[in-house]
Amino acid sequence: MAFTLNVNGKTHSVDVPGEMPLLWVLRDKIDLKGSKFGCGVGSCGACTVHLDGKVTRSCVTPVSSAVGKKIATIEGVGDSKLGQAIQKAWLDADAPQCGYCQAGQIMAATALLTTTPKPTDSDIDTAMVNACRCGTYVRIRQAIKMAAGVPTADTREV
Amino acid sequence: MAHDMIRSNAKSHAKSPLVDESRRGFLKISAAAGGGLLLSMTVACATPGDTTGAVTKPGAPKAPLPLTNLNIFVAVASDGAIRIMSKNPEIGQGIKTMLPMLIAEEMDADWSKVQIEQADADTKFGSQIAGGSFATPQHWVPLRQVGATTRWLMIQAAAQKWSVPASELSTGPSVVLHAASKKKATYGELAEAAAKIPAPDKAAVDALKLKDAKDYRIIGKSVPNWDSPKIVRGVPIFGIDVSVPGMKYAYLAKSPVFGGKVKSADLAAAKAVPGVTDAFIVRQVGNDLMGLLDGVAVVGDSWWTAKEAAKKLNIVWDEGPGATYATADFNAQAAAFAKAAPQANLSKTGDPEGAMASAAKTVEASYSYPFLVHAPLEPQNTTAHVKADGTVEIWSPTQNPAPGIGMVAAAVGVDKTKITCHMVRCGGGFGRRLSNDYMVEAAAISKQAGNIPVKLLWTREDDVQHDPYRPGGYHNFKAGIDKDGRLAVLTNHFVSFGMNGKTLASANLPAAEFPAQFIQNARYDQSLIPANLPTGPMRAPTSNAVCFAYQSFLDEVAIAAGKDPLAFRLELLANPSSAPAPTPGRASFSAKRMTDVLNLVAQRSGFANRKSLPKGTGMGIAFYYSHSGHFAHVAKVKVAQNGKLTVQKVWVVGDIGSQVINPTNALNQAEGSVVDGVSQLYQKITFDKGRTQQSNFFDMPILRLADAPQVDVHFHITDNSPTGLGEPALPPVLPAVCNAIYAATGKRVRNLPIAPADLRWA
Repeated sequence: MAFTLNVNGKTHSVDVPGEMPLLWVLRDKIDLKGSKFGCGVGSCGACTVHLDGKVTRSCVTPVSSAVGKKIATIEGVGDSKLGQAIQKAWLDADAPQCGYCQAGQIMAATALLTTTPKPTDSDIDTAMVNACRCGTYVRIRQAIKMAAGVPTADTREV
Repeated sequence: MAHDMIRSNAKSHAKSPLVDESRRGFLKISAAAGGGLLLSMTVACATPGDTTGAVTKPGAPKAPLPLTNLNIFVAVASDGAIRIMSKNPEIGQGIKTMLPMLIAEEMDADWSKVQIEQADADTKFGSQIAGGSFATPQHWVPLRQVGATTRWLMIQAAAQKWSVPASELSTGPSVVLHAASKKKATYGELAEAAAKIPAPDKAAVDALKLKDAKDYRIIGKSVPNWDSPKIVRGVPIFGIDVSVPGMKYAYLAKSPVFGGKVKSADLAAAKAVPGVTDAFIVRQVGNDLMGLLDGVAVVGDSWWTAKEAAKKLNIVWDEGPGATYATADFNAQAAAFAKAAPQANLSKTGDPEGAMASAAKTVEASYSYPFLVHAPLEPQNTTAHVKADGTVEIWSPTQNPAPGIGMVAAAVGVDKTKITCHMVRCGGGFGRRLSNDYMVEAAAISKQAGNIPVKLLWTREDDVQHDPYRPGGYHNFKAGIDKDGRLAVLTNHFVSFGMNGKTLASANLPAAEFPAQFIQNARYDQSLIPANLPTGPMRAPTSNAVCFAYQSFLDEVAIAAGKDPLAFRLELLANPSSAPAPTPGRASFSAKRMTDVLNLVAQRSGFANRKSLPKGTGMGIAFYYSHSGHFAHVAKVKVAQNGKLTVQKVWVVGDIGSQVINPTNALNQAEGSVVDGVSQLYQKITFDKGRTQQSNFFDMPILRLADAPQVDVHFHITDNSPTGLGEPALPPVLPAVCNAIYAATGKRVRNLPIAPADLRWA
């Protein structure tokens, strides 16, 4: 079936089965490989994109359900001031180890800071549910605070 | 992270290394020249990126200037751009950034002019492996010598140019200076002449004076992860991202039982699916459970199409002898072994039987831990092209290319020298990618599909169910405490897995395991549950399991002896009964170094003040020596009355020698080790009917951000040669947390994974 998709403000036409997950359309058909495959069941978040601004697991989202929505991926994050600030914070915090999950983490962080520009640790705990197998959570937490311009100290109970 | 970062121009590589033409050119040329130290060839160089902002998108690339190779690692362009090859696989341990730092330091390079490039698998680089935390100790001297040799060549070139003695010359960042005449030449200006100077022989290289640590400009400064500017933009740099012209996508349906054989499959049904181009049975080659096994391949024009079509294959498997394996049966066998005489003795010191009989008090406890899966976040994959002309090209996220190349050669029937293997950035490793099953599968499928390039990708379910697992194990301890509260004797009947008296990979207990050489009487025995399961090294192999059991039981003994858990450990370390066995080629266990890190971690964490903590909150301590690193941790936990565990903070003190080469990465590795260790407390792999029962992250959980503790890391600098950090910070995490749980609740965690219901208290 033919579908027209709006990805990062550009229009793409693809001819794929309607149940094909958006992730594989992005990666194998539109050649946007920044969104990653980690689990295929919507658990790890490596495939995180935004649909109309909402955090979405593209590995379990049929392409047919993305038609008519604004799809945002890691490749377009740098188009906004907020996205640039988050990318810069990620580099300043030197967050990545292997880096495989970080596109999804950045997409989750971008959604968080869009709705909650000055997040608390509790806000970050609730929003940042993506898996990082390398365990870079200390730095992801810091990077979000750096991008938000709030103190980086961890305020959780010790 | 109170560390300054030095930034480079690693900002905006417009092109992925996967499609970097310059790299191919370099390889062709260096292969032609035989890989000698001195190659004077020019090749295209990656365009140096801008330095204006981390997130700046690349503008119009400048025309690349020719590079002059000074040796197999370093090439310099006339504008001073320096390309340094990073020889080892990058799995997230930061080696791609760190190894070039060693070269650049002694070369006296201007780091802002350095571009790092990933080397391919090539015997000219010697061993190329991400494993054993070996990279730091193995490269600390040789790669600094590569840098010093390169600097020497620059000095010789300047001496010739100015007709002055080399001894009158000095270097600054990427320049050679002649103080008397105030002459100055950049490395870029000198490169071509330097490349024509004969390389010094080994004796001359060994005689080159390396810098004093106080003069370091690069080593010891935090250099951020080289590929991060690409990572935060989603640039395709991982194995899964590889794309080559004409490539098809492949899925391989694998036997649910290890080593099962395909009896039949409905290939026609899969082939009938639109978008599927081929389907066929792949047959086992060799006898390695982590090699090429039977499976059914589906090839198509998208991976998802191929994977979905495989559901129609209706494969009938001959499951073979592995189909009987069951964790419940293993546990029953382990319990029976624990009551019986051991099969073999591993070590014996003094008179353990007599000491036990005369002990004032004895403590007995059994500990167990499950099989674990590595589960790097990037599922296994490889792109391979077995070409009709008899050559093979492979792009693989592997930690260990050489054995993979060997397997590919055997499976597709070509000589190893005909195989080019590009090591592609790995989305995590943890030891999983020391095995190369996915690599040989991709090659076999490429050949069978008609010599076309294919990208093979596994599902997460395949990854969880086909892994060289960290083996489970059972420790049956008994300790005798003398009238002074000292550990007089320790015995352990270790029940593990193996065949014919030989343990499975990573299922062994070191005969000298601490405290064997620090008490007068000890005896370690072993019995093996017969099983041929795929097992292998996982981050800090053996140590990650054994440390939990020993450091937890020692805590139990300390409390039974009426001793403070820290004081008890320090007392043990102070009284070695024999010299600890040295490990050839590696730093050896030092009681002094361990004592120091233990005292430091206690100080930094306020361990002495823990008595004032309310019930439900507690601190635990543990230490371990592995991979030449001495580490001691304190964990602070809170356990709710309903048993919910919160690991609040972990303090880490490590002694990895005289120099932390890249502090930001060292801290990141230690922080990640803590998260990894806490994650392992909740994980298990179990078997039934020869099948792995877990399949994905809902039943094999990875710790998430909200549950990740705060981490305090301190490196204790000592006068020892630097050693590695990928692994040794991990093992003490588990017992430190479990000992803290005991302190908080009075409940001793003797079996992993932790069941929250077991931690309830009133």
